[in-house]
Amino acid sequence: MQNIKSDFPILKRKINGKALIYLDNASTTQKPKTVLKALVDFYSTSNANIHRGIHTISEEATDKYEEVRKKVAKFIGATEEEIIFTKSATESINCVAVAWGQKHINAGDEIIVSALEHHANLVPWQELAKNKKAILKIIPLTANYILDTDAYQKLLSAKTKLVCVTAQSNVTGTITPVKKIVEMAHIVGAKVMVDGAQSVGHTPTNLTSLGCDFFAFSAHKMMGPTGVGVLYIRSDLMNEMTPFMYGGEMIESVQEKSATYRTGHWKFEAGTPNIAGVVAYGAAIDYINKIGLKNIADHDKELLAYAKKMLARYPQVKVFSPSKPQDTGAVLSFAIDGVHPHDIATIFNDHGIAIRSGLHCAEPLLQKLGAPNGTARLSFYIYNTKKDIDTVEIALKKVLKIFKL
Amino acid sequence: MDIYTETILDHYQHPHHAGALGKPTISTTEHNPLCGDVIRLDLKINKDTVEEIGFVGNGCAISQASMSMLADYVEGKKISVLKKLKPKDIYNLLGITISPGRTKCALLGLNALQKNLH
Ligand SMILES: Cc1ncc(COP(=O)(O)O)c(C=O)c1O
Repeated sequence: MQNIKSDFPILKRKINGKALIYLDNASTTQKPKTVLKALVDFYSTSNANIHRGIHTISEEATDKYEEVRKKVAKFIGATEEEIIFTKSATESINCVAVAWGQKHINAGDEIIVSALEHHANLVPWQELAKNKKAILKIIPLTANYILDTDAYQKLLSAKTKLVCVTAQSNVTGTITPVKKIVEMAHIVGAKVMVDGAQSVGHTPTNLTSLGCDFFAFSAHKMMGPTGVGVLYIRSDLMNEMTPFMYGGEMIESVQEKSATYRTGHWKFEAGTPNIAGVVAYGAAIDYINKIGLKNIADHDKELLAYAKKMLARYPQVKVFSPSKPQDTGAVLSFAIDGVHPHDIATIFNDHGIAIRSGLHCAEPLLQKLGAPNGTARLSFYIYNTKKDIDTVEIALKKVLKIFKL
Repeated sequence: MDIYTETILDHYQHPHHAGALGKPTISTTEHNPLCGDVIRLDLKINKDTVEEIGFVGNGCAISQASMSMLADYVEGKKISVLKKLKPKDIYNLLGITISPGRTKCALLGLNALQKNLH
């Protein structure tokens, strides 16, 4: 991963007189020049609405937009008919809760979610369960921060209609056994919603082999622009779902008092989407493909191991991370007794280091981890280096010195 | 810019007026939902004066030190004076520059006090 930093203009910034060290990649990632250029190029040369005009630039815009749908499908091992563009992973999950959940969840049904979920893959199911008088059940964690699959097996029954699980936690970095979770759910006839927000930009994904029913993620966590999300719906499920939003583009024909809707993924894309964002997202996927997801995953593992080894030298620091490298992605949460995570983040910022601190949109998980004030979180991507972690160590020493620990 | 001065750390690690009051005249709890910081603030009021103050809190150094310093100031003061307290007065007490991201922490105690007095 030599010289990759130079592809990212923002990494030239100075923060408090120090070079920016960006370690908040689980929140959002930085964008390479090619993605920025794709945005400017689109608005400079092909900007038009899609699927409506028969003029040249509208056709160009439509082609570029649909080209990215194919690219995304290939990237995650799906077909283009199964890809819906949304504004975020959050919107994608909410779409499933409305378009599938409203019709298929009934009183007394059970929805299983894991203890690792981000609020985005928890609160929509709480709400659905409440409205439908369904029951929400939680897959617990083991002491090693991984999902307790034995407990999961016991939760499954003929009443289970849906299982919602993240592919990778944004707090502990835990990589979950999605394939196994899907197989077990399908035995009792339940559908599976997978939150891939943290995994897709870091490790190869093949939905054909995973076999899940729904899969959601955000472009901005994989070097694409903000405002673009993806929802995968397995093709055979589309027909049993109702539209999520109503308006232009998703209709077949409209009379004054009624309308009919298009079929397949079209019925879920109402209104003008983030066209330029989707087009630039294509450049992000090209960039990732050029580097190779396998290389990204290896780089993540190397940095994670290096950072864990560094933190282990400080007995004041508690890490919340599975013991085995194969169970952990590019995220490392830690806490220091007697120092609030926000104070750690403030002192890190004085060193130019950007990290996330607090509850990471996963309040129930932080309670369970015994960190009600939250954690400080390092999260890596391809432009991070071991030298960045060395600077983290300097900042960490400063924290311990200030708080006399 | 060092916001972790000796004074602030001393108030954080050894807060003044820590602990709930036995029979408070009024008591409120103030949260900062963004970071989970919380302060329960008890006041014992005699006529127009705050006779005693106690708080139980959990949060970052800035929110807790700020509450501790404010508590020192509040005890024995007239309510009419306390009602006039502004964010600027808290920053002066703290003696540091507060970045926009941390104003909510710095002002948590003041918000709790104002809730109590209204
Ligand atoms: C695991 C996980 N799921 C979902 C989301 C939500 O993503 P977005 O805010 O882009 O909708 C995030 C982002 O923080 C996440 O980390």
